[in-house]
Amino acid sequence: MDIFETVAAKAAGIAAASPLASVLAGRQDLLELTERAHDAALRPKQPGGLSHSERSALACRIAKLNNESVLANHYENLMDGNNDAVADTGFHGGDNARLKAILRHTDLVTVDPKEAVEGDIAALKAVGIDEPDIVRLSELIAYVSYQIRVVAGLRLMAAVS
Amino acid sequence: MSEVIKELTTVIPYWQPRVTPVELETATEEQLEAMKVTVSNTGIGAYTLVLAHDPETLSERTPLFNGIMYSRGGLSRAETEMGAVAASVVNRCIYCAAVHSNRYNQLTKDETVMDSIFASGEDADLDPRQKAIMNFASKLSQCPSEAGKEDMERLVENGLGMDEVLDLILSASLFGWANRLMHVLGDSLPQVPQD
Repeated sequence: MDIFETVAAKAAGIAAASPLASVLAGRQDLLELTERAHDAALRPKQPGGLSHSERSALACRIAKLNNESVLANHYENLMDGNNDAVADTGFHGGDNARLKAILRHTDLVTVDPKEAVEGDIAALKAVGIDEPDIVRLSELIAYVSYQIRVVAGLRLMAAVS
Repeated sequence: MSEVIKELTTVIPYWQPRVTPVELETATEEQLEAMKVTVSNTGIGAYTLVLAHDPETLSERTPLFNGIMYSRGGLSRAETEMGAVAASVVNRCIYCAAVHSNRYNQLTKDETVMDSIFASGEDADLDPRQKAIMNFASKLSQCPSEAGKEDMERLVENGLGMDEVLDLILSASLFGWANRLMHVLGDSLPQVPQD
């Protein structure tokens, strides 16, 4: 894998000619795994109750909540037009109980994870979201939150290099 | 049920899942593979069994986690643990904060640093390099990130090489991931609940 073609390196604007190239190459394995985890969270072979389309839109929403416009654009490019409202941070699910619960949970865990309590998982179960899907949603939110911080950090490295 | 722990501690709690863990007896081949279950390794914890509901992500996450926390070179093991603690304090993940402050203490044989971080937060009594690390990792852990160029410059001024900075970013970011699983999918209890 060319680590300079990964989503994280490209979003941070670090190319093979960058003075940081050798530093990133020193952690080639970790940047490869970061990209593989992206594919596992966004494009899993077994998506369960969270379609690839919905995952992309949720990831776009998470990036927007982090004011991370470059990754928001990346995730928007993965969207297929079927779940555009999900990526709108002003949309909270309308009359769709499942979607309301998913968006509420996504926003809470993205922005203020310390406030998550037992009742927040119970609220997902109450609208019929099964336990594997609760874990899939949690991994998606958590992975994108990780990737956003890696990109923010890489950009700051580039700013002082 | 015993009371959920709310205060930061270096004593490792019992983690009680809010989602039913996968059962080893009924796990699929893919789930077993993701959990690295072998004949000689059947002592899989509840956390891994919960994450096995999503084996594709777990399969990538485990080597990434181990690579960030235990790779040779770059940032020292203790300072890598400090990055994990900074994120866990911001996200108030009692379990992760306990495990990684405990490891920090074991590695450094010095409990005063974590005691001070837990008691005083940003005003903790740390040396300048430790302060720069805690400051950067804590700000990166906010949503949105509050880390700026001056915070990065402070790392460099305090002697961190770019390889060490990259490891710190990976550690703090990884706990932005781990905290959002551990703190959201379970409760930290002082002891195993009695049925």
